[in-house]
Amino acid sequence: MTEAIQGDGRLAGGIALPARKHLSTAAPIATAPLPSRLVHPLTDMPGRDSRVLVQVGERVLRGTPLSACDETHATVVHAASSGTVRAIEPHPVADLRRSEALCVIIDVDGHDESLPSTPPDPAAWTQDHSIAAALAQAGLAGLGGAVYPTGRKLAEGRRLGLKSLIINGAECEPYISCDDMLMRERADEIIAGTLAMLELTGCPSAIIALEDDKSEALAALEAAVAARQRRDRLAIVTVPTVFPSGGERQLIQLITGEEVPSGGYPPDLGYLCQNVGTAAALARWLATGRPVTSRIVTVTGGGVANPQNLEVRLGTPIADLIAACGGYRDGVVRLIMGGGMTGIALASDEAPVTRASNCIIAATVEELRDEQAPLPCIRCGDCADACPARLMPQLLHWHALREDDAELAGLNLFDCIECGCCDLVCPSHIPLTEQFRGAKRRLWQSRSDEQRARVAERRHEARQQRLATQQAAHHAQLEEVRDSARDPHAASDAIAQIMARAKRDRDSRREDDN
Amino acid sequence: MKFATAAAPHLQPRNSVARMMWEVLLALSPAAVIHVWYFGPGLIFNTAVAVLAALGSEALMLHLRGRPVERHIGDGSAVLTAVLLAFALPPLTPWWITATGSAFAIIVVKHLYGGLGFNVFNPAMAGYVVLLISFPGHMSNWTPPNIGDLDYPYLTVLQTLNYTLTGRLPDALTMDALTRATPLDAMRSGLAQMQTVGEIRVDPTFGDFGGRGWEWIGNFIIIGGIYLLWRGIIRWHIPVAMLVTIMLLATISFSINPDRFSGPGFHLFAGATLLGAFFIATDPVSAATTNLGRLIYGAGIGVLVFVIRNWGGYPDGVAFAVLLMNLTVPLLDRYTRPRVFGT
Repeated sequence: MTEAIQGDGRLAGGIALPARKHLSTAAPIATAPLPSRLVHPLTDMPGRDSRVLVQVGERVLRGTPLSACDETHATVVHAASSGTVRAIEPHPVADLRRSEALCVIIDVDGHDESLPSTPPDPAAWTQDHSIAAALAQAGLAGLGGAVYPTGRKLAEGRRLGLKSLIINGAECEPYISCDDMLMRERADEIIAGTLAMLELTGCPSAIIALEDDKSEALAALEAAVAARQRRDRLAIVTVPTVFPSGGERQLIQLITGEEVPSGGYPPDLGYLCQNVGTAAALARWLATGRPVTSRIVTVTGGGVANPQNLEVRLGTPIADLIAACGGYRDGVVRLIMGGGMTGIALASDEAPVTRASNCIIAATVEELRDEQAPLPCIRCGDCADACPARLMPQLLHWHALREDDAELAGLNLFDCIECGCCDLVCPSHIPLTEQFRGAKRRLWQSRSDEQRARVAERRHEARQQRLATQQAAHHAQLEEVRDSARDPHAASDAIAQIMARAKRDRDSRREDDN
Repeated sequence: MKFATAAAPHLQPRNSVARMMWEVLLALSPAAVIHVWYFGPGLIFNTAVAVLAALGSEALMLHLRGRPVERHIGDGSAVLTAVLLAFALPPLTPWWITATGSAFAIIVVKHLYGGLGFNVFNPAMAGYVVLLISFPGHMSNWTPPNIGDLDYPYLTVLQTLNYTLTGRLPDALTMDALTRATPLDAMRSGLAQMQTVGEIRVDPTFGDFGGRGWEWIGNFIIIGGIYLLWRGIIRWHIPVAMLVTIMLLATISFSINPDRFSGPGFHLFAGATLLGAFFIATDPVSAATTNLGRLIYGAGIGVLVFVIRNWGGYPDGVAFAVLLMNLTVPLLDRYTRPRVFGT
């Protein structure tokens, strides 16, 4: 048996939250029924729509690529079951920045035929680039919620050289239990994926981290590691059950005591974080060659009849998923994708499940914050104690109210990870996180305005420069003519030429008259 | 199905301003009971007057400022200001003095500076200082503690109420007959008359450390303070910094010249030291908001209290010390920021 060890670090701030995970962990992972229609947004990465490979009316199979994309910035989206492309049109999606996106909508035929596949051959990937390309073609992206292309991340880690790979099983958000259930039921896949990631990155060791309240998941992982030959490269580390222990900067701090530099990334310290679900998905693909077309989703909250975890085809409309869980209960007022702290409230349950959908919460009024107007800040500083980035939300709030951008930048607004801890401890119930999001947007805007202004200024300067050069050249020419005019021989030559030309003109006119 | 959207986080905050204010009042209540035990029912009447004046002023100002009166008046902050002011006043104070102080605290110190969260000065202490400067005679009308072995006339409940409402004492009683110098007063005037600390402390109102009766109120203020620390309403930085600083300075000066300087126990248990440390200097709005800032802020109050008590024009200095340190808060907040994660 491999024994789990405890992390060396302590979280700066963070809060203990009611977990509300038991709602969805009673039953094993179920398989959601095939919906009659699948809706595939062409990319999970906002703002990076990619080229469509299918046409309306075309028959697709499970695994048919629907989009082609720049292989490093995004990943290919595949049809999650067999059927006919019904439309390619804007459709509601679960995305913070847009309510609709271009989607491929498939009428499912129910046969669920798959595209033939063969397991990939990692020996063929000799370069960082080929790893990134192969994994992007398989649709592998971070399943923790960020959907960052896995291949790109691993290739980057391989290029920079890593001390340790961190497999993130710290599922700190209330309600979500999909990673917990995955660790309990498919620990083997996680370990296989972890070992594959070690191979792909050339990294010597991996740390699998989870919170200390997940005893069943821990036991499963320990057994899976113990069964492996190369277990000396793997360590299991438990971290305290504090929100946001699963944020990658916070997790690295909890495990190692080190802080990822402000504005930097984990590889700056030699670490790379991957979600447990991503590791399992990689293992599956390596074993079967089938791209990612499903994920585990926690469906939970007081507003759904049977909260549970399900293996769901990507593209399944959330409405179908809720129906598979017994439908809504009375009193449901909000639909959230993600956790209770950082999840997105959806305007419609027509939005489909994507690789980012770790959890769907149908919430009732009792579970949510009241909509009462906030009181003014009383500077109690509870927010600063709770902030895992060690910021001072009470001062950020003050300067955000006054839109004092210089002060906001000086208080490291951009190091805010938007975890929501400050909101939850605020006695005045001020929506601090949303205020900081707005302030960041405004600062980005004014920075890009400044950028544009600088570009315009440079362009203007270049034009002035150009005009000045032309002017100078013109003057130089004039000067030359004047100089030649001052030279007596040149002057008489010039006069002679002019007289000759005048004579020619006169002669030719005379000829014309005749 | 369509849903209304909202910004994350979606979970309910766990704390509220009202909860904090009422818990502070709860923490103060045992000390209030002891106060009434030793100094009579004056505190109750003063508190009632102060609270009424504060709520009236708060409602008026909220209305004038166009704020939702009901939403804000329930936050308990005006009540807390009033109760802390009443705690600072002598048990025998006519209602119009209490009401003036309370109204000044709410109208001028709180709302004219922007209301809850925006006041630069601690409202209760600013209200008290206005009264201390405007009505110095009334502010020294402290009755002696009811400790059994002092031969003093004590007013009944009705007589106290009558004085509070009308400013009239029963026939044949004068204020001089009812009041006695507080230990801090006695210490100050005694030292001014070149008595030694030892000679001054012979007075029967002096207890083991501070004044008799005062010491017991102090004990219960410490209990209330520990409760607030345990509940996370206040942090240790300000009280500890303030008390340690006062005791350090008192210990040093006492060991240099025990005849001229009273010891650390006296400074701790006399006057408003403990009340100030746990209940007044910890007012979050007017205190520093960083942990290092809080330490400096508390230590600064400690230094000023010690200086004012020994060399200033008033027997106690907590109110002035708090107000002076309020002024330093913007500076403290700017130069004591913690290191941001990853920087």
